[in-house]
Amino acid sequence: MGKRSNWALPYFIFLVLFVVLPLLLIVVYALQDGSGHFTLANIAKFFSDGDSLGTFALSIEVAIENTLLCILIGYPAAYILADKSLNRSAVTVVLFILPMWVNALMRTLATAELFTMAGIQLGKGTLLFGMCYDYLPFMIYPIYNVLDKMDKSYAEAAQDLGATPGEVFRKITLPLSMPGVMSGVMMVFMPTVSTFAISEFLTNNKIKLFGTIIQENINNSMWNYGAALSLIMLVIIGITTVLQGDNKQEAMGGAV
Amino acid sequence: MAQDERIINIEHLSKSFGDKKVLDDINLYVRRGEFLTLLGPSGCGKTTLLRMIAGFLQPDEGVITLDGRNIEGIPPHKRPLNTVFQRYALFPHLDVYDNIAFGLKLRKTPEDEIDRRIRKVLKLVAMSDYEDRDVETLSGGQQQRIAIARAIVNQPKVLLLDEPLAALDLKMRKDMQIELKEMHRKLGITFIYVTHDQEEALTLSDTIVVINEGKIQQAGTPADIYNEPVNSFVADFIGESNILNGTMIRDKEVSFIGHDFKCVDSGFGEDMPVDVVIRPEDIYFTDSDTKAQFTATVKSCTFKGVHYEMFVDTDKGYELMIQDYDAYEAGEEVKLYIKPGDIQVMRKERTENTYEGSVVADGKVEFLDTEFECSTEGFAPGDKVLVSVAFKKVDLLDHDDEAATVGNVEFILYKGDHYHLTVRTESGEKIWVDTNDIWDKNDYVGIRILPKDIRLTKLQENG
Repeated sequence: MGKRSNWALPYFIFLVLFVVLPLLLIVVYALQDGSGHFTLANIAKFFSDGDSLGTFALSIEVAIENTLLCILIGYPAAYILADKSLNRSAVTVVLFILPMWVNALMRTLATAELFTMAGIQLGKGTLLFGMCYDYLPFMIYPIYNVLDKMDKSYAEAAQDLGATPGEVFRKITLPLSMPGVMSGVMMVFMPTVSTFAISEFLTNNKIKLFGTIIQENINNSMWNYGAALSLIMLVIIGITTVLQGDNKQEAMGGAV
Repeated sequence: MAQDERIINIEHLSKSFGDKKVLDDINLYVRRGEFLTLLGPSGCGKTTLLRMIAGFLQPDEGVITLDGRNIEGIPPHKRPLNTVFQRYALFPHLDVYDNIAFGLKLRKTPEDEIDRRIRKVLKLVAMSDYEDRDVETLSGGQQQRIAIARAIVNQPKVLLLDEPLAALDLKMRKDMQIELKEMHRKLGITFIYVTHDQEEALTLSDTIVVINEGKIQQAGTPADIYNEPVNSFVADFIGESNILNGTMIRDKEVSFIGHDFKCVDSGFGEDMPVDVVIRPEDIYFTDSDTKAQFTATVKSCTFKGVHYEMFVDTDKGYELMIQDYDAYEAGEEVKLYIKPGDIQVMRKERTENTYEGSVVADGKVEFLDTEFECSTEGFAPGDKVLVSVAFKKVDLLDHDDEAATVGNVEFILYKGDHYHLTVRTESGEKIWVDTNDIWDKNDYVGIRILPKDIRLTKLQENG
């Protein structure tokens, strides 16, 4: 082995210990019953259990809603931040990213506290608010990054060819910023599917998400079913990632 | 000339970015169907002018009319002009066909019409069969062709080209020059072309407008600009030239490099200091003593492909550049002459540095935002004065501890036996310096003027 490839060894060991082995353990646990025999019962249980399926559907629904909300709020924000005539200061960009520096759990707890103080009933509304608040920077930043680096002459060329400002945005700026939006979607959608802390704190466990039932199963020592649920989620996330990669190969190119 | 021959008319156009005046009182017209080139060094304001015509920038003052109509306030997308951008700016998410169709689709042109026009324009730029290609897979030259096709497919009244060939290599650039000229002929559209490449301008243009420091220096046909430059900047910028100090003795007689020559210019007055421009191909070798006007020693001789380029030292110690089809060896004594019609005489823009200043105390005068020592006899503190300093009385120093003020060398002109430098001082003003020392452009220099070399005269008060 060459000297150079030795440098990769620590990372290789790290990958095996903390990524590959845990994944293998999930697979092994998911395909075993309580006494260690191979079984598909855990998987079958999920697909026959109306509660689990319902929770799963709800999780996906909430994740989609949250992602759309983040795009709706985040895109204009990123657009304004990247427009030199509207925003001349780098400080504003940092301010938008700043919440990322604070632990998400603390932010969520603080948000819950605020709702309680204001006497607002915890429920789906507060859940979406909290999620959007938590994940918005992850949507803004990649979009901002792409818009900021975009060659201004594209917009000028379009204008020159007769496009109104609206048409310039629809036909040039928006399509060219899609890689940023895709990165944002990946960074918002997937974590929201598996989150449990936010739903726990911001709905008082009234709304259970997929992450929550995995956590409950693991907490109640139902390791095998918990692992099966994790596996199912992983597979679904994997499929969406691959599909997205096919759609837009450069999706990650615009990432942070 | 009839007004309707002018497609674009520009009057008193000025533009500043912050404190910096980029364009200063530009007056210019463009004739219908001509190939006009805005030529100048980088930062001279030529691209700013083009962007104002395109509508991306608004002038601070002045009027641009297109076909007699003031186009102030009309946004770029409503102007019947199209631009070929320096970096092409082809849309990376669209293929060649959709890039070219972009403007036509916006105007709701019928599909078959779009199809027909794209095929025609692709043929014109020699890119047929490239419709479905991704623009990023094309070479620089091919992208350039598509950028041109995308602009001309809309049949603009005027095509604006912003250094379109700057990113191409030399061979490609030469080929594209010929093709551009051919396209211009076939299309009959007015071209406004921006470049810093004087050779490109001479090759392509019907009219060249030389711009420097936000001002038009000269406008005319390539032959006019080359043969009769109006000032030393134009002479130096366009082609190779020998620029020399001279004196107009009387009409049709001029003295330079220590000899008197017959010329064709008149009306300068007698004993008037002038600048003289001699193109290197206009100095001739001769064997005849009667024909020879002066002698010189060849210093160096380099083969340049078609001709030889020689530097000679004349009998009176001036250095000249000569281009000739025959080679003369270094060290050889040669006899030379210049024909009267090849001597271009130009009025000097200035013969010394002059500034408005004020006496601050006895023996101290302020100008260039700096206090200088000099004799202030006959003036009282507070008097406004006109300060004059001869070019060769300004000392440039490579350290600033003895300097009164500092500046940067902005422009260097070799005048046969000395350098004529334009130095931009800290206060943003210019000081012109004659020196034998060798400086480089952008050198940081200290400026010193001895007290005895500063001359004061009373400033005429105008009311």
